[in-house]
Amino acid sequence: MTDLGPLVPRRRDMHPVPYDPEYKTSVTRSPRWPLLSMESTPSEETGPRFGHSLIGPLDNNLILNWSKDGTGAIGERILMHGRVMDEFGRPVPNTLVEIWQANAGGRYRHVRDTYFAPLDPNFGGCGRTLTDDQGRYQFLTIRPGAYPWPNRANDWRPMHVHISVFGHSFGQRLITQMYFEGDPLINLCPIAATVKSRSQLDALVAPLDLSMSRPLDYLAYKFDIVLRGRRQSMFENKLEGM
Amino acid sequence: MVQPLNTLVETASQTGGPYVHIGCIPTFAGLGAVYPEDLGLRAIEPGAAGEAITITGEVIDGTGWAFRDALLESWQPDANGKFAGQAGADPQVNGFARFAADKDTGLWTLRTVKPGRVPTRDGRMQAPHISIWIAARGINIGLHTRIYFDDEDNSTDPLLNRIEQRPRAQTLIAKRSAPGEYRFDIHLQGAAETVFLDI
Ligand SMILES: [Fe+2]
Repeated sequence: MTDLGPLVPRRRDMHPVPYDPEYKTSVTRSPRWPLLSMESTPSEETGPRFGHSLIGPLDNNLILNWSKDGTGAIGERILMHGRVMDEFGRPVPNTLVEIWQANAGGRYRHVRDTYFAPLDPNFGGCGRTLTDDQGRYQFLTIRPGAYPWPNRANDWRPMHVHISVFGHSFGQRLITQMYFEGDPLINLCPIAATVKSRSQLDALVAPLDLSMSRPLDYLAYKFDIVLRGRRQSMFENKLEGM
Repeated sequence: MVQPLNTLVETASQTGGPYVHIGCIPTFAGLGAVYPEDLGLRAIEPGAAGEAITITGEVIDGTGWAFRDALLESWQPDANGKFAGQAGADPQVNGFARFAADKDTGLWTLRTVKPGRVPTRDGRMQAPHISIWIAARGINIGLHTRIYFDDEDNSTDPLLNRIEQRPRAQTLIAKRSAPGEYRFDIHLQGAAETVFLDI
């Protein structure tokens, strides 16, 4: 088996701070002591792989995957698409991408969400897909509504889609959120603000992508995802293709 | 000026939020029927070789509260130290599991087999362990840790030996409570704070 090399260490300054008093729940759920840093081992370099047999035909179509009679979810129709790649720009093919989101009114289908925006009987709010051989993925969904949440007295989440990506290594595991270009709530959100690097926060905002929008049907937003890479060097492991 | 590096930066993490279960274990979350079953229901299938074990525990916040909305994932090799997908790996061992704190008690349970030993990149043997990843509301970037076992020889494990404050190594070691049963509590803060990994 080719040694793809150790995982590139995470740049923690490019990630959210674990402790941020403006996001109140993080105060009691952030470790206080330093993380233990070590070079990756096979425990982190390997990871679960999922096959096409897992994925149902409507799994990446949130407009239809909860509908009982094909009516479709209420809301602004959106194609969400992009590529999963590593830090070296290599595509990450055949990896599982899962998403979840609120409905068009900003309400989740969850027993603990008591916001009075109504549930949509045709919208569940989750989807999944595998990236193709180029690392590309697509979801058809509706634009989620902004919603209020109990934090500071008047906090609202910007429109967002939650995203979970596996990559090929357990050490690449990532959950993040996609925001939408032009949403004024992004700059007011204490969760978005846990990312202190402005360029890294900007990278969580999907641009409107008219090139992939389908006339008279849906708008498109592009969201590329970068996972940790594997360091290949002729002094410690065999280079791919050499 | 210098040449551009042209490398990319890893996408910033964001919290999984309070409804992470909708996306990752929708049947558990009450959505039902959107997928045939939730991903990662079983770390092993019937007939997996090795010692069957059950690990239970809580995820405890800085106030001492075992919170109810934690989502955990585990990844491990089979009883011979082979990961799923590697040549010779036990086909009955998925190695991956997803499980959640109980919404009433905060307790989570992992049923699996005791993992075999896996060497580091430079050939040192690691003690048997299960890799754990935790996501939840208030956790801005997923927490990696490991479960070791108190009935194994952990004395030469490279990761455990990097922990300078020796008592803290105990936070990574599951305690056997009965044959095949272990307890492993995860403390996010406090004197018993679990060692989390940057690995
Ligand atoms: Fe959300």
